Amino acid sequence: MRPFFALFRIRFANSLQYRVAAIAGLATQFAWGFMYILAFRAFYAENPAAFPMTMEQTISYIWLQQAFVALFFIWFWESSIIESVESGSIAYEMVRPIDLYGKWVVTAAATRISRCILRATPILAIALILPVQFRLSADMGPAAAGLFLVSVTLSLGVVLAFSMLVYMSAFYTINSMGVRIMVAVGADFLAGGYIPIPFFPEILRRIVEHSPFGAMQNMPLLIFSGYLRGADLARGMSLQIFWLVALVLMGRAIMTRALRRVVTQGG
Amino acid sequence: MTLYLRYVSMHFKSQMQYKVSFFFTAIGQFLVAFATYLSVRFLFDRFDSVGGFSYEEVLLCFAVIISAFSLGELYGRGFDRFPLLLGNGGFDRALVRPRNLVFQVMASQLEFSRIGRVVQAILIFIYVIPRSGIDWTWDKVLTLLLMVVCGSLLFFGLFVVYAAFAFFTVEGLEFMNILTDGAREHGRLPFSVYGEGVLKFLTFVVPIALVQYYPLLYIIGREESLFFALTPVLSLVFLLPCYAFFRFGLRQYKSTGS
Repeated sequence: MRPFFALFRIRFANSLQYRVAAIAGLATQFAWGFMYILAFRAFYAENPAAFPMTMEQTISYIWLQQAFVALFFIWFWESSIIESVESGSIAYEMVRPIDLYGKWVVTAAATRISRCILRATPILAIALILPVQFRLSADMGPAAAGLFLVSVTLSLGVVLAFSMLVYMSAFYTINSMGVRIMVAVGADFLAGGYIPIPFFPEILRRIVEHSPFGAMQNMPLLIFSGYLRGADLARGMSLQIFWLVALVLMGRAIMTRALRRVVTQGG
Repeated sequence: MTLYLRYVSMHFKSQMQYKVSFFFTAIGQFLVAFATYLSVRFLFDRFDSVGGFSYEEVLLCFAVIISAFSLGELYGRGFDRFPLLLGNGGFDRALVRPRNLVFQVMASQLEFSRIGRVVQAILIFIYVIPRSGIDWTWDKVLTLLLMVVCGSLLFFGLFVVYAAFAFFTVEGLEFMNILTDGAREHGRLPFSVYGEGVLKFLTFVVPIALVQYYPLLYIIGREESLFFALTPVLSLVFLLPCYAFFRFGLRQYKSTGS
């Protein structure tokens, strides 16, 4: 475990260096948040009855999504991992006495978490004190808060395990940029990154809720906004655990096979 | 112009060397736009209109904005990648050549895979133009063309501003995304939907609404005055400060020396 902690610390400190970028990112996140809220408000004004969530829940969802964008979007992948496969420096990794799957997960997790902390804290702090029509409401009991934190962790796990599959595609295609864009856009859309899953058409919503994509950002964001409660919540979180285990097992199996046949070009 | 066309054919040939890669990237671009389209589609499953605009009118708006953005990015990619050009010293080479700088930066990169998004826009146009219930007289067709062409020039201007910022700082350029990517993503709805403040900003400060909201009003027959049809032309005034800012940045420029 020790090498993993050390690795995590290094990556974490490394990403914390990019503070100016994070501040610039803040402005972007706020502008996007406001535009989404204004758009949803316009739809809400059109016909409040057709709105699957309340306006407050939608606003909470949007701010939390903006705050956690680096944590949950497949789009924010770890390019150093893909580069290591494409450049062949993976050969060095393979002779090291450290589990490669674990190393990748830790690297990706450290980058995501450090980026998220730099952004999430100021965004949430400001979103809590905005004028009331834009304000993030956070009235939940300690139990809900606990469930939210557990769900955030599980989501991050599912996102990481899913990303591993994307990274591993680099073993099979030399130039996998296009494939990665496709997978990332598709996954982020199905995970509720463009519009929340409750806004999907009924059939698609049911399917997606049971897929790994429903076990990503959808869960913690809906728990925080107070949309998910009781039995739905319990079922959703069990699905999160199921998908986390399934994706990790799948990823490990593919990795073992890929590493057995990987050919690095010399030089 | 001949020189530019030679650059175009050169970039085209070099990108065609990796056909599979090009193809996948173009499909990826298509899907990015498609996801945005789906989110509009899903919302209109529940709602019939937004801010007084029907589904067809919104789609028209969306197709105009993505085609304008993608075309602007196709030929303005050199400015989008400008920080890189500064960093690797490529810009110093451009400085010593006896050609216009804007031309050289423009010719340094062309991104044909953006065609993927243009295809998406064309498909939407094909779907929506006959269904929109609009009487497509020649002036309206012309207005639509103006929206796309002037829109792409406007986005090009924004890329120039983005590049000019790179003269001052290498980091923290992300905030420009609000104007470029932001306008692309949120321009799927007419800007009036976002309220008075946003519309005013996008009319008088960064005039993207001039290629989207106002001419749309003319096309759907809500405004009769030709002035609304010609607002896209008016928006081109914005290119002057963009260029001035680039010149200003250029005067501050010190090479990295590599």
